[in-house]
Amino acid sequence: MASFKPTKIQVYPKLGEKVTQDTLYWKNYKAPVQIKEFGAITNIDFSPVAPHNFAVTAFTRVHIYGPFSQEPVKTFTRFKDTAYSGRFRSDGQLLVAGCEDSVVRLFDVSGKVALRMFKGHTKAVHVTDFTSDSYQILTGSDDYTCRLWDIPNATELNTYQEHTDYIRCGVTSKLNRDLFITGSYDHTLKMFDARLDKSVMTMDHGHPVENLLLYPSEGLLVSAGGRYVKVWDLLKGGQPLVSMKNHHKTVTCLSLGSNGQRLLSASLDRHVKVYNTTNYKVVHNFDYAASILSLGLAPDDESIVVGMTNGILSVKHRKSPEESKETSGQQRRKPSYRVFVKGKNYVPKQDDYLVSKPVKQHLAKYDKQLKRFNVSKALDTALETWLRRRKPEITVAVIKELDRRGTLKNALAGRDEQSLFHLLNFLIGNLVDPRFAPVLVTTAEMILDIYRSVIGQSPVVDRQLLRLQDLLEREIDYQKDLLEVLGMLDTMFASSIPRKEVPCSGISRSNGLGQGEASTSRPQLQAT
Amino acid sequence: MVEHGDIRVVHRGGSKINFREPVITNDSKFLLCASGECVKVFSTSTEECVHDLRGHTDLVTGVIIKPSNHLQAYSCSADGTVRLWDFTDGILIKTYVIGHPIYSIHASASHEGVVFVVTSMHADKRPDLLQLVAVHLPRSGDQMVEARELSAVLSDVSSNPLAIVFGRGGEYIASTKGLKLEVYLFRKQKAYSFFLKEDNKKGRRNTFTCVACHPKDDCIATGHEDGKIRLWRNFNQKKEYTYSTLHWHHSAVSSLCFTPEGTNLLSGGIESVLVQWRYNQEDQREFLPRLGAAITHITVSPDGSLFFTSHSDNKITIIQSCLKVSAAIQGLVKGESVTTDLMMDPRSKSLVLNGKPGHLQFYSLQRDKLLYNLDVVQQEYIHESGLQQFEVVKAAFDASGNWLATVEERKQKGAEVELNLKLWEFDEQTQSFVLNTTISAPHEAQITGMCFCHSTDNQTTMLVSTSKDGHFKAWQLDAQAHTEDERPSWSCDFVGAYHSLVPECCCFSADGSLLAVSFQEVVTVWSTASWELLTTLSQPPKAIRNLCFGRLSCSKYLLGTTGNNLLCCWNLLTCSLEWSTSMDVSLLLADPISENMAAFCRQAGSTDLFVFKPSEPRPLFSQKAVCPGKVTRAIFAPREEMLESCEESSQWLNRSQLYFLTQHMDLMTFTTKVEEDRLMASSKQLVIDDTVAMTPFYLLLGKHRQQDSGDAQSGISTERTPLPQGSVAIKELLQTPAHVLPSTSFLCSMFVQSLLISVTEPREENKATEEEMESEKEEEDSEEEMESGTTRPEQAPLGRHAAESAAPALTKAQVRELRRVKKLDRSWFAGLLDS
Repeated sequence: MASFKPTKIQVYPKLGEKVTQDTLYWKNYKAPVQIKEFGAITNIDFSPVAPHNFAVTAFTRVHIYGPFSQEPVKTFTRFKDTAYSGRFRSDGQLLVAGCEDSVVRLFDVSGKVALRMFKGHTKAVHVTDFTSDSYQILTGSDDYTCRLWDIPNATELNTYQEHTDYIRCGVTSKLNRDLFITGSYDHTLKMFDARLDKSVMTMDHGHPVENLLLYPSEGLLVSAGGRYVKVWDLLKGGQPLVSMKNHHKTVTCLSLGSNGQRLLSASLDRHVKVYNTTNYKVVHNFDYAASILSLGLAPDDESIVVGMTNGILSVKHRKSPEESKETSGQQRRKPSYRVFVKGKNYVPKQDDYLVSKPVKQHLAKYDKQLKRFNVSKALDTALETWLRRRKPEITVAVIKELDRRGTLKNALAGRDEQSLFHLLNFLIGNLVDPRFAPVLVTTAEMILDIYRSVIGQSPVVDRQLLRLQDLLEREIDYQKDLLEVLGMLDTMFASSIPRKEVPCSGISRSNGLGQGEASTSRPQLQAT
Repeated sequence: MVEHGDIRVVHRGGSKINFREPVITNDSKFLLCASGECVKVFSTSTEECVHDLRGHTDLVTGVIIKPSNHLQAYSCSADGTVRLWDFTDGILIKTYVIGHPIYSIHASASHEGVVFVVTSMHADKRPDLLQLVAVHLPRSGDQMVEARELSAVLSDVSSNPLAIVFGRGGEYIASTKGLKLEVYLFRKQKAYSFFLKEDNKKGRRNTFTCVACHPKDDCIATGHEDGKIRLWRNFNQKKEYTYSTLHWHHSAVSSLCFTPEGTNLLSGGIESVLVQWRYNQEDQREFLPRLGAAITHITVSPDGSLFFTSHSDNKITIIQSCLKVSAAIQGLVKGESVTTDLMMDPRSKSLVLNGKPGHLQFYSLQRDKLLYNLDVVQQEYIHESGLQQFEVVKAAFDASGNWLATVEERKQKGAEVELNLKLWEFDEQTQSFVLNTTISAPHEAQITGMCFCHSTDNQTTMLVSTSKDGHFKAWQLDAQAHTEDERPSWSCDFVGAYHSLVPECCCFSADGSLLAVSFQEVVTVWSTASWELLTTLSQPPKAIRNLCFGRLSCSKYLLGTTGNNLLCCWNLLTCSLEWSTSMDVSLLLADPISENMAAFCRQAGSTDLFVFKPSEPRPLFSQKAVCPGKVTRAIFAPREEMLESCEESSQWLNRSQLYFLTQHMDLMTFTTKVEEDRLMASSKQLVIDDTVAMTPFYLLLGKHRQQDSGDAQSGISTERTPLPQGSVAIKELLQTPAHVLPSTSFLCSMFVQSLLISVTEPREENKATEEEMESEKEEEDSEEEMESGTTRPEQAPLGRHAAESAAPALTKAQVRELRRVKKLDRSWFAGLLDS
């Protein structure tokens, strides 16, 4: 006696992105913590030393947050106007920030008052950074100049006036104390050597440059500007390597993750994209609620911090390994399981006669009814609210199975107002889904056939039928439009494929069969 | 045309075993089934075929146990003879010639020397009018006897053997046909007929389908087309008969059977549910559902402990009386048609074709045994006639046997075709195919052809399917998996079309670099690497039917057959027609391990076979009139061991064997003389005694166990006889202190004696049969046991009787030969090692 074969629930491929190792990795974050700041968040910088606090520059303040605190552990408010670019020194002790009032302020992380004020710029300073020897400061300003300052004396060391527009980004080399690169709205990136008076390298980005990033090896430079992210090979004299156009608005911020294995870019289009740095393909995508101005990534990707134009700071922390396991483990083990385990691990002795207990087949509720040929009840159980809402594919599979058994009509017939209402509701919800349409259209036809004689007796059912009709009309119009588009595409493709001469044998030509024109096309979407 | 005397067409395996009711021997050890032109004897404990009873020259239509001797059986056949067999040894004892084709045979213990056969007496006048005839079997010593004494009992009976049955120890006989139940009482010499109305109130048919008689009571149970069972009583008069109706089946009752004590009635039908009705308490019934296929016959063993149901899928199920399936004997499942082609599984070297609905069957040709069924559809099969369900329509293996592709299809009236393409991966651990990818709706219309790329060096496997929607698609295994736990799956690689024509056949070249797809009358050749259309070949005006690349040295040739009876051979190097010949080829296939190709041609109602090499003008072999009708399915099966035939005409059979299916779904093959000789030699050793455990140890110690278990169990042994190590006796022997045991010399002599008996005893008494020897041995050994009653009291005299009647059939030389074989039998030793 063969055992009952349960109804086969069709597994539909998930639409959209495929599950890859990367998506699993980047999805493994907790729900974001959202903190409201006073204005647009222009810069986020992580402290290089543990516990990796991060400085958030927003409006006239720079807040320092601890890795898990939702309240700032420190606040710097001594700015006369909007602050910009609060950055840590490599030892995490000092913090520098520019300001709209053209003064650059240096703070001790534990103090409150500015240690030094660097005055000399004539316009807002958007770029500040420490050089790698940590005794100098690089600043870039809207007065088209970038300057180097000495920290102990608070004096200006050098001024470079090569850019012809606002300087909005800059980065210092971590390996060489004399090298730094600035990017400007004049579309150029310039590399300066502090030992010389002028730039040593100039690269044209093609768009106003918004952000710069140096690889840890400092062989590659990444620049963001306009909708483009470009990678430059510095060792080959600033040769462009890759140009990526994955955002549809200006890219505002760049960051490196996973020890330089992944590159993240944030944009005003509210997306953060993750690239693989070996092939520069997008491997993951985050969506945010507003345009993103700044992005920070803690070491080892422990948290992702994103600052947006509406002043909301979103902090996502990585799930600990136990947490990520727990969620899957909980579903598997149920509390009553332990009861059945009893005696399972008993090892029979040599003389014991083993009576094998038949394994009980677990069947779903609808399968139990199907096994007994109770078709109406099987449909009832499949139409239970939970299944209907959450797993319409199960309901559809049961309907399909009933149809295969030739008993769908019996199952649909003889229903009262309430259950017919639910049935129609389900149809309205799922009829236009292309995965379910072939099954549900026949079902809808059958329902109309069966209940044609009683239409008009129940206002509830009538309303549902009208909704169904409306839905179908809309769907038909939609399909028509789609077909039109398809026709247009076909003509375009047909004209773009070059006609190819097919070599023909003598026989086929003599038989009057001209050269065959092969119409070939790659498959669009394959369900597997 | 050369005459090939040494190559013959023979039936090979896969015959029906569900054609007639299986017959169980009185000791429930053997099962006799009419199977084609022979009777097969199966062991009920091991489900193996013990031997075939061969001798009939036409379809065997019935088998019964001789009522007066339980070790002999009658069989009747459409060749007009009734034969008497000793089924334990497989020896033909007597042949009774009736002269008319016989449709069924019946016998009863109360009619000694008489068998009742259904035959058409006046074949020339009305061939459809059948009669039940009593045949008095003449007593005579001759092998071949003509039975002259025929007397008609009933006229106008059904040809179905289930429609005639003896009641209550042979007091009456009941026969049904159409709407008539006829009862003939032997004592009164009178027949009563009872009629039913044609339709009942609901317009369903009342026609009788089968009949069964209660063994103790005057009660006849009849099954009807509308699923009802009627129990007739008081039928020994014309007027006051009564019947009661039982109804559970929703379609025709195909078989009915009472248990020997008459306590239960078993019924079965197309629902494949065995229903057990309690006699006189008919509202109590028990069910055994999902037996796999429609039940065609039900039989109960004489002691009532086992039920046997034979099913429409060529299966016999053995069911214990507690309604628990204990075993199944499965033959090759042959439906009305083979929708998938015949295929060879490259791993198990078994024949693969569609079997049970929704399954693929793997059938070993060497062992003539079904290996297993692969459930392709994985859906509950609803046993109801007229329901459209998923069927496996196409299947293909790749060269290494790692991948299997199947297409299942469900056609519904007024709805589009539902198609599923499934790809199965061979799992080394479980040694079976595991579903890897399901592609629902791979094409928009029916799939016409499918093949794997058969090159062995190619890393990636490729599958091509052609469909009536005008496209062919290439499917490929995705090399990379996105995550670690996800296994590689199949996806579409290329979609091709040609002038919106419908592709029919597809074929890969031997190295896998070219793909030929036929679009009606045009053959297109594609490069599989770049998917470019390389060339087109055609031979109008008719569509291409078959397409086949040459192999090995002939791989530059592409062969095709067209609708207007042309066989064309194109040379792909020159892209021109090499040769063509006019013949109506119904099937063209290539031998995968040689250059040979076989073409089955239809000519004047029968099929001719040509075996040729594409490069040579003369065929290697040709045979006219291989079989009547059209051959549509054939396969080259590689041999396990090569034949060394040096004759030129049979060399093509050296490395592979050609199997084909005829119109009547008979599996046939070609054999050579060399092969037959070898088979003959090996079959002599194949006669194995079923009682494997009958070892000298068993003779010495087994009787103790038999005493313990008592007589009740001795008759049946569905479970294997336990080997002596585990028995109580040997434990006793080992655990009792040595000083209590009899002396070793005494035990030893007993042991040695038991070894000697088989050699010395039969020579004196001139006994031939093995069964005889067993019972003899038992008698010999169980002197002290005789007081408590022998284990098989009725068997010993019966066995002797059988031997006596068999004796004249055997010459002394044969007896000696048998004894030699018996001595050679060391199978018990293997049994000991196994445990």
